[in-house]
Amino acid sequence: MKKDIILAGVGGQGILSIAACIGMAALSEDRHIKQAEVHGMSQRGGAVQSHLRLSSKPIASDLIPEGKADLIIAVEPMESLRYLPMLQDNGWIITSINPFVNIRDYPPIETILQEIWKQPQHITIDADQIAKECGSVKAANMVILGASSPFLDLKVENLEKAIRSIFGSKGEDVVKLNLAAYHAGLAYAHKNG
Amino acid sequence: MLLGDEAIAQAGIDAGMSGIYAYPGTPSTEIMEYVQASKEAKETNIRALWSANEKTAMESALGMSYAGKRAMVCMKHVGLNVAADGFVNSAITGANGGLIVVAADDPSMHSSQNEQDSRFFGKFSFIPILEPSNQQEAYDMVHYGFELSEKFHIPVLLRITTRLAHSRTGVDLKTKLPQNEIKLPDNLRQFVLLPNIARKQYRELLDKQPNLEKESANSGFNSLSEGPVKSLGIIACGLANNYLMENFQDEEIPYSVLKLTQYPVPVDMISQLYDASDAILILEDGYPIIEELLRGILNSGKVIHGRLDGTVPRDGELNPNIVGKALGKQFRIGSEAPAFIKGRPPKLCDGCSHTDAFVALNEALEPYGKGRVFSDIGCYTLSALEPLEAINSCVDMGASITMAIGAADAGLVPAIAAIGDSTFTHSGITGLLDAVNNNAPITVLILDNSTTGMTGGQTSSAFGKVEDICRGVGVSEEHIKVLKPLRKFHEENVKTIKKELEYQGVSVIIPRRECIQTLGRRMRQKAKVKAAQL
Repeated sequence: MKKDIILAGVGGQGILSIAACIGMAALSEDRHIKQAEVHGMSQRGGAVQSHLRLSSKPIASDLIPEGKADLIIAVEPMESLRYLPMLQDNGWIITSINPFVNIRDYPPIETILQEIWKQPQHITIDADQIAKECGSVKAANMVILGASSPFLDLKVENLEKAIRSIFGSKGEDVVKLNLAAYHAGLAYAHKNG
Repeated sequence: MLLGDEAIAQAGIDAGMSGIYAYPGTPSTEIMEYVQASKEAKETNIRALWSANEKTAMESALGMSYAGKRAMVCMKHVGLNVAADGFVNSAITGANGGLIVVAADDPSMHSSQNEQDSRFFGKFSFIPILEPSNQQEAYDMVHYGFELSEKFHIPVLLRITTRLAHSRTGVDLKTKLPQNEIKLPDNLRQFVLLPNIARKQYRELLDKQPNLEKESANSGFNSLSEGPVKSLGIIACGLANNYLMENFQDEEIPYSVLKLTQYPVPVDMISQLYDASDAILILEDGYPIIEELLRGILNSGKVIHGRLDGTVPRDGELNPNIVGKALGKQFRIGSEAPAFIKGRPPKLCDGCSHTDAFVALNEALEPYGKGRVFSDIGCYTLSALEPLEAINSCVDMGASITMAIGAADAGLVPAIAAIGDSTFTHSGITGLLDAVNNNAPITVLILDNSTTGMTGGQTSSAFGKVEDICRGVGVSEEHIKVLKPLRKFHEENVKTIKKELEYQGVSVIIPRRECIQTLGRRMRQKAKVKAAQL
């Protein structure tokens, strides 16, 4: 079993929390893991990505080779397309449809979505709206994690455990919110995947 | 699961380190942060505070080594330039307690001004270098590095790169060692580099080299594996080894490979590989150092492939595809990213105090025109970009004030320096002293957000001291002005800046407002404490 995942978004959108949940769940299933993160300057509102590799065998490179990623998980639609060269032919894109517009020349969202829909395998999800329905737009990243989870080869209970553990220090309400967002994303993927 | 940086920190804690010294700099910052957050480190009283700059950090670590205890000092690659005086001479004094210098290089310049390769500094100083190929090796090499340092009485350079520093994986830990007791050097003149002592110590340093090379051959970190195909032999340095392995996931590597992670270079291993192969490919995640050495000036030996003949790009970090291409492998890469995708460069946060300060400065400078603002290294460097386009230089820590002096000397008056509070205490104070002693007609903006912002909000050595330092250096009281960089004070701030621009001497303007990130963090923490009390 091997899953190579590109996580994409804008600095501050919470892709490292997604990575931490997947990483923790994978650890409880005895997978080897490598996760390359972006720290420093680019975090200030810039494009950020993380390479997350899970495998039953030892992993050599911290970076995923181009054209070998199984999944692109994005919390921002334009960012999901930036890493297309990384994605293999039958790879999946799971992305939020909510643009994060902090540049002047952000392309029309319709153009972006149409391009995503042209890709052979994709799930596009209104993560902000679903997160809001769960209680707070801040949990949009967990909606995306939920929508991705059928493709991760990890048990739902282990991902739930990871969410509990990672958000545990912020109190039971935050845990509940994030679990609800996760399940709403998962349900959406089952309906639309 | 530990970041490479965290593995190094944990290894220090486990290997009986008594103190860690550092100035924040991507990608090295998390080493100190990890020790500061570690309960274990607190319980065993490991000293873990930020230093004013890399030079003071290096020297403090050397002092701890003098006293017989194990010390670590961490910095980004350009920080080693700042620490260079102490670093180079520490090879000649030698170490007493184990001393590890961690330099985190940044090939591809993800967060840096250059991609210099710290291995050059190690070689230049005759200091042995460890270059881990993965996080586990980084952990193991700290343990080994302290032993090596104490065995040969020499500092050890641990050279890592961004990918290793900021990539997370599982790491197996070793049994914890106790810290050393205080023990003075056997020779109390060992650290006195008077010429006649230094000459003798330098000779000893040179004499250590053959034995250090033997260590490189025998420690087990360097390894030579022979393959059946003789057309190519590969030298893979540090992290490059992983990218090589990635290209042979489903098959044995047919070539002979020298995994090179400890220096000085084990010459016997290199010559064994060289003799057994028709041509050599060298993979280095940094400068082509080994490649240049093996080629020699005339390049008259066997064919050497690498960065110098274009087999590997001349600059930038390596990755699995670059290494695969160098091996002639074919890839199927994904579809191209559509052309309409726009770049998304980093920018100042919404509500950042620097924005308000530069909007005011821009307006105050309108009568003089653009091109007179010398700046420095920090978040505020982003004000060079749209929409502010407020600064005209970023060279090294502290260069804003001193470059403004030179430009003013040339007749560019007024010349402005814009420097952050942490950068000011890192390397700006001496420049300000020069300005005062020259009575240079410059205006210095010390952008005080009360933290080291760019690296994530570490304690700033300048906190609460900026005005006192300026007074102490000799800036006259009536030309030290503190502003509140907020939109509602804009007119007033512009007026103050304009007035100081007209002054034909040194003025210091301090726009002071807390970093919006650290403020947010503080408020969240406060709310949490309050909630817990309810």
